[in-house]
Amino acid sequence: MKWYVVKRLLMIIPVLLGVSVIAFALIHTAPGDPARVMAGEHASQQVIDAITEKYGLDKPLYVQYGIWLKSAIHGDLGKSIISNEKVSTEIFDRFPATIELTIFAMLFAIVVGILAGVISASKQYSAADYASMTVALFGVSMPVFWLGIILVMIFGVWLGWLPIGGRIDTAFVVGDFRRITGFMIMDSAIQINSGAMIDSIKHLILPAIALGTIPMAMIARITRSSMLEILRQDFIRTERAKGLSERVVIYKHALKNAMIPIITVIGLNFGLLLAGAILTETVFSWPGVGRYVVKAVLQRDYPAVQGCLLVFAFVFVVVNLATDLIYAYIDPRIHYE
Amino acid sequence: MNNNTNKKNNNTNKNKIKRETKLQELKRRLFANKSATLGLAVLVLFVICAIFAPLLAPNDPLKVDLSNSLKPGFWSDEGVEGMPLGTDYHGRCILSRILYGTRISLSVGLIAVGIALLFGIPIGVAAGYYGGWVDSVLMRIADIMFAFPALLLAIVIVACIGYGLDKTMIALGIVYTPQMARIIRSSVLYIKGMEYIEAEHAIGSSNSRIILHHVLPNSVAPIIVYSTLTLATAILDCAALGFLGLGAQPPSPEWGAILSNSRHFIVCKAWWAATFPGLAILFSVLGLNLLGDGLRDILDPRLKT
Repeated sequence: MKWYVVKRLLMIIPVLLGVSVIAFALIHTAPGDPARVMAGEHASQQVIDAITEKYGLDKPLYVQYGIWLKSAIHGDLGKSIISNEKVSTEIFDRFPATIELTIFAMLFAIVVGILAGVISASKQYSAADYASMTVALFGVSMPVFWLGIILVMIFGVWLGWLPIGGRIDTAFVVGDFRRITGFMIMDSAIQINSGAMIDSIKHLILPAIALGTIPMAMIARITRSSMLEILRQDFIRTERAKGLSERVVIYKHALKNAMIPIITVIGLNFGLLLAGAILTETVFSWPGVGRYVVKAVLQRDYPAVQGCLLVFAFVFVVVNLATDLIYAYIDPRIHYE
Repeated sequence: MNNNTNKKNNNTNKNKIKRETKLQELKRRLFANKSATLGLAVLVLFVICAIFAPLLAPNDPLKVDLSNSLKPGFWSDEGVEGMPLGTDYHGRCILSRILYGTRISLSVGLIAVGIALLFGIPIGVAAGYYGGWVDSVLMRIADIMFAFPALLLAIVIVACIGYGLDKTMIALGIVYTPQMARIIRSSVLYIKGMEYIEAEHAIGSSNSRIILHHVLPNSVAPIIVYSTLTLATAILDCAALGFLGLGAQPPSPEWGAILSNSRHFIVCKAWWAATFPGLAILFSVLGLNLLGDGLRDILDPRLKT
């Protein structure tokens, strides 16, 4: 196990290097002089010269890559062409919003998905089974952005129950509400501001459901099939024969044994959530990294695109690594070469 | 158990009645699978819409008429004659736009999957069949591409090569290539270990002969299954890029682009403009997923997870 962890950790180094090559290549595939691309269309000759100097753009490509990689590792991702702010600061400011959204989406997906899957499996071929599997089937084919629009339409516009975009009402932002961690719910809890807390939760509900629906559907399907397999095994029959209540048999013993494939699917979906966040944030005007990257691409803000690419890929690789390690930990039968 | 009885039935059928060809067998088993049949029906419906869009569409999908802006459809008295699903902000017929959009989505999807197959098959076969350093190099490159969420990679490729429908096809094709290559590689690895391949080697067949006559024909099943499922993903991703403004550009009636334009008017209660294009996406993807899952159960039980 110890060697497996070390090996997997070492394996992500070449992947991350490859990722950095792709991000580096981005600037050079863009039409025109890279210095001008990085400085923006309206930059003065002085600025362009400074950038050429800083990134060694008159030197051979591999030297340029070395200089760029070194500064990227030190957290210097260049400056945004549009705002002239540091890209690292801009991403860092928006990151908590994306994380908050993905965590809530995943919570929704795990709770609803596992529950629906367990109910389906324990009452196979019942109306509840067909209903939840139909919902799951529609869920996996759902265009996230369209679901978001429909949710906004029903709960925001028609019923008026929930806000249609943003993270918190502007009334709280102009007041004495301060940003501490960047996580709205945590910030309002620290400042003991219940109004802000309720408002930020309200803002989270619709985007979290929109983003969480596809993973919810996938988790429901895998939970059902995994549970069905376990429920047919002998030890379940023994437990029922011992007279354990159905609730204990299903939720304590069967679910525990059915967890391995479920955890794999959860891990795989965390990455998909990052991609889904790009769309969900656009629908809900959610000020996160996903919306930032789309804006950056539309405005041809190459340093910003490059920075987002590195950050997204890094998070994705780390989450995949964590999934693999958890997988190996909970199922010692699995031996890796 | 079920499988065994099926096999028995197959055998008795084969002995008693005339032998059925592979295609006939596929057809019989496909129609025996209810959800796959449903998926096929949905797909056929969409293909018909795509081919006959000019005949089926009641109006010109690009004709702007601002006096008819955001009019409801058949369910309301305020609707306009001949626009059954209402109009968008520019007064264009939504039904006609969706019908023409079928052409765009299906062709983008098919070409993207085609590109993925064009590169994925040789890469997968080379990696699986020859193994060794070829395999290591190709699969490490695939690993790097897997380090990006698929949609993000597509967005970034579009950022490099520019926006538009043709660029969408290329970007999606590149994104799906490593996945396709992996599927084909694993199928080739499985076939390579079979005894009849060993026998081919023993009688002195060349590698190219073994690949063309044995390995590829036996990999057709996973290729068909995975292409169907990738087509579904491609339709979703094409709509997503269109929605973000990075794919099809206005006034193209691409489904995602229609949604991105219509979503601003749901506040004016014009729900129809944003609802129907999304339903078109949902049902085409659903149909392809049903068909793909069904084909997987029929053709390649090994892939079932």
